[in-house]
Amino acid sequence: MSAVSQVEVHEHSEHAHEEHHELGFIRKYIFSEDHKVIAKQYLISGIVWAVLGALMSLVFRLQLGFPEMDMAWMKPFLGDWISLDDKGLGKLDPNFYLALVTMHGTIMVFFVLTAGLSGTFSNFLIPLQIGARDMASGFMNMLSYWIFFISSVVMFISLFIKTGPAGGSWVIYPPLSALKEANPGSGDGMTLWLVSMALFIVSSLLGGINYVTTVINLRTKGMSMDKLPLTIWAFTFTAVLGILSFPVLLSAALLLIFDRSFGTSFYLSDIYINGQALPNQGGSPILFQHLFWFLGHPEVYIVILPALGLTSEIIATNSRKPIFGYKAMIFSMAGIMFLAFIVWAHHMFVTGMNPFLGSVFMLLTLIIAVPSAVKGFNYITTLWKGNIIFTPAMLFAIGLVSFFISGGLTGIILGNSALDIQLHDTYFVVAHFHLVMGSAAIFGMLAGVYHWFPKMFGRMMNNTMGYIHFWITFIGVYLVFFPMHYIGIAGFPRRYYQWSGFETFNTYMDLNAFITIAAIITVFAQAVFIFNFVYSIFWGKKASQNPWKSNTLEWTTPVNPGHGNWPGEIPTVYRWPYDYSKPGAPDDFIPQNVPYSATPESNLPEENELIAAEKEINSIKYDTSLHD
Amino acid sequence: MTILIAVLAILFIVLTFMVVSKTQSILKGLSKSDVEESEYLGAPDRYNSANGVGLFAFWLISIVGIVWSFIAYKKDFLPEASSIHGKETDYWFWVSMVVIMIGFFIVNTFLFLFSFLYRHNKNRKVTFYTHNNNLEIIWTTIPAIVMAGLVFSGLRVWTKITSEAPANAEQIDIMGKQFGWTVRYAGVDDNQFGKYNYKLMDDAGGNPMGVDFSDPNSFDDFANASEMHIPKGKPVLLKIRARDVLHSVFIPHMRVKMDAVPGMPTKFWFVADKSTEDMRAELGKPDFNYEIACTEICGRSHFGMKLLLVVDEPADYEKWKKSQKPLLTENPDLLSKVPDNLKAKAQKYTSTEPVAAEVAPEVVASSVLGNSSKVLK
Repeated sequence: MSAVSQVEVHEHSEHAHEEHHELGFIRKYIFSEDHKVIAKQYLISGIVWAVLGALMSLVFRLQLGFPEMDMAWMKPFLGDWISLDDKGLGKLDPNFYLALVTMHGTIMVFFVLTAGLSGTFSNFLIPLQIGARDMASGFMNMLSYWIFFISSVVMFISLFIKTGPAGGSWVIYPPLSALKEANPGSGDGMTLWLVSMALFIVSSLLGGINYVTTVINLRTKGMSMDKLPLTIWAFTFTAVLGILSFPVLLSAALLLIFDRSFGTSFYLSDIYINGQALPNQGGSPILFQHLFWFLGHPEVYIVILPALGLTSEIIATNSRKPIFGYKAMIFSMAGIMFLAFIVWAHHMFVTGMNPFLGSVFMLLTLIIAVPSAVKGFNYITTLWKGNIIFTPAMLFAIGLVSFFISGGLTGIILGNSALDIQLHDTYFVVAHFHLVMGSAAIFGMLAGVYHWFPKMFGRMMNNTMGYIHFWITFIGVYLVFFPMHYIGIAGFPRRYYQWSGFETFNTYMDLNAFITIAAIITVFAQAVFIFNFVYSIFWGKKASQNPWKSNTLEWTTPVNPGHGNWPGEIPTVYRWPYDYSKPGAPDDFIPQNVPYSATPESNLPEENELIAAEKEINSIKYDTSLHD
Repeated sequence: MTILIAVLAILFIVLTFMVVSKTQSILKGLSKSDVEESEYLGAPDRYNSANGVGLFAFWLISIVGIVWSFIAYKKDFLPEASSIHGKETDYWFWVSMVVIMIGFFIVNTFLFLFSFLYRHNKNRKVTFYTHNNNLEIIWTTIPAIVMAGLVFSGLRVWTKITSEAPANAEQIDIMGKQFGWTVRYAGVDDNQFGKYNYKLMDDAGGNPMGVDFSDPNSFDDFANASEMHIPKGKPVLLKIRARDVLHSVFIPHMRVKMDAVPGMPTKFWFVADKSTEDMRAELGKPDFNYEIACTEICGRSHFGMKLLLVVDEPADYEKWKKSQKPLLTENPDLLSKVPDNLKAKAQKYTSTEPVAAEVAPEVVASSVLGNSSKVLK
């Protein structure tokens, strides 16, 4: 069904459907080209990775909260990574601690919040919300998922090799990551990390190009750019960010592969290790950091923008009120996207980079706070004088807004290079980004799952379990990350196996233990979600066509949309997606496919003028000569 | 102050209880309400009000928790600043903190208050309010102005901190390696560093820092791998390098942090204004010590890269320097690295009996004559 133009699909839809009935199990559920199936594949992969990544964080949190603890009970899972001392007490290997930190970061940032979030919802919602039968290229879409799958397998294998997975933290700064002698994790584990990430980038590019192409080319009749739901704007900006920045990470990784395996010196210079001076000269470790953060910084927006997009939709729907400042939201996202490319070096204020460059990046970084603030204000004003329905999705969306504000504010301190001197690489940074992009993005993802579950699986998730899940997670996240700021202000460095060696960092044992306990409760509360998710897929209450009384096009499809999404013609779009509680209208929502001519009672004066244009929209004929 | 906070805390707790008890009554009222049309599965259920009230109650309790925890843990925030620029960054840290805390409380209050006030009610008329350009302009401008203020204060401080070190700064060569720090001083005789080269590094041969002994300036250089001394009240310039992987010099009390990069020397200068003894008296901890830590992940024992820092009164510092043995004295085998034509000069440092009296003028002359521009490499 790739790139088939709309009109042709209408004419041949019956044939198309007959064809699809013949699809076997493998083509339908495994090597599927249907965007909805691919979205579910991404979602389930993302959930599996999230569980793994969260459990890893518990292991190192136990080490940090209870450094004296006997970890022998973990020996059945972790094997030699737990060593027994002479008293028989199990101790976590410090190298494996670093490997866990590295893997937690890599898994959460790339496999959960990039693939699991953007992969799921871009795939699922773009065709459904713009009114397309599928992605521009279904085959490329399938390829994108399966390359991601191979990438996942490679990363998963790296967990089990003898020298352990990569251990140089998720930023893999050379020379540590380039020299096998420096760290066991820089051996085969690092090779597999690089291979896996190279595949991941390929997958992400295939996906991103597809998303942008689809949004530009396959919108249904009447769906002009200013009628797109904010989710679609967010996914498009995200895809553009990914397309422009991921290739830079690939080149950074490629040069690192050369340095590791072929004796080049892109990042290596003047190194003496293991009693030996290496011949490499003239390279610069700082070069890697520039290349890495050229992706690394846009990456945090790749993670958060889709979450903000989903939130916009959910907050408007459940406040029964139009999103406030639709255009301001689009401009803020565009501003964030543009600025995301020119703030990367704020991660590098104290790397020895020229301080003047630091000044420039500080200026640009603090500018990005402005559009972010505007988004926050718009969400809050959307709630104002609304009529809020607290579905689990809405609760998670409000949680996201709170995290985004709380975590974003500390960015103002970290973006100030003079203040960053003390706080760089301390727990203040850890607390900051876990709130603003970690927890906020996870909340966006959870909100999205609760909200679009009926469309994905044709059944409802259980609300009560959703509330329990929300409350424990929301309170838990704040209990974990709020005290972490305190630890950071006291100067505790990150990626430390323990702090007791330093008098300066020999306080706050109670806070660290508290954070660990809160983290354990929060992670185990996710079991409620997973149970609810799996149970509802099979035994949940049957969904109706439009359970949330929402305006966007996906709710005009049947309860279980088949391949092609709409059985008949694709609906035509006449209005923006946020006509909630319009004065004069009988219902508190007017879907996008309802023409103005059908709602004379609620039309605004300028909308009455648009009635004349409806005929024009209806008579659009797509140019069929361009496809394939 | 404490009483005021206690009163506020009690007030908030009472408020919370009121809110929670009100929920109960609302819940009872709601369960009686008639069932909505069956197709509308997303209709507000009987927990709807509880959730809305819960969000606001959460926020009220949070305020109490935040204020209490802040007071309880404040004493270990930002360990006492002991450098001149550190006092300034601390000041701006707290200014920014106040600004963001104001934002934090106002914005979150609105978020949770609106969740509470506008929880679903069958009879409420929703305001159809799509945009307001004046509002957008206001809340774009205010953050922009606040940001601009913070940026310019930050820029001023940053430029000062990263400016060139004063010419009279005490220079110290500090090198990170897996897993420890080594510091080198220019020596008391010529006060000039000998050059170094990573190709000369030799742990077994007693030259872990790669000091070039064909450079006569290196003869009186001395090194230390367990503690670094600096004078109080005098600018100190750290010349930072690493020999294997990235490290980062972090002196929490001095507000100093700078990466150590193999192949790219970095620097950081500062003035310590409290000696170790001053701090011991001030904190009432007789065994207090300044510490240097590593803050760039560098492998297995990253968490153990500690170096003690001793801040001396200037006179004590000079005395300490004089008491240190040059590298050549510590390890006379290094003499073999000295070229033949300089051996005579170097021998002064390898013999146990100092012959300083006769050689000293010569050394002084050489340092007066030149090399003043030749520092480290």
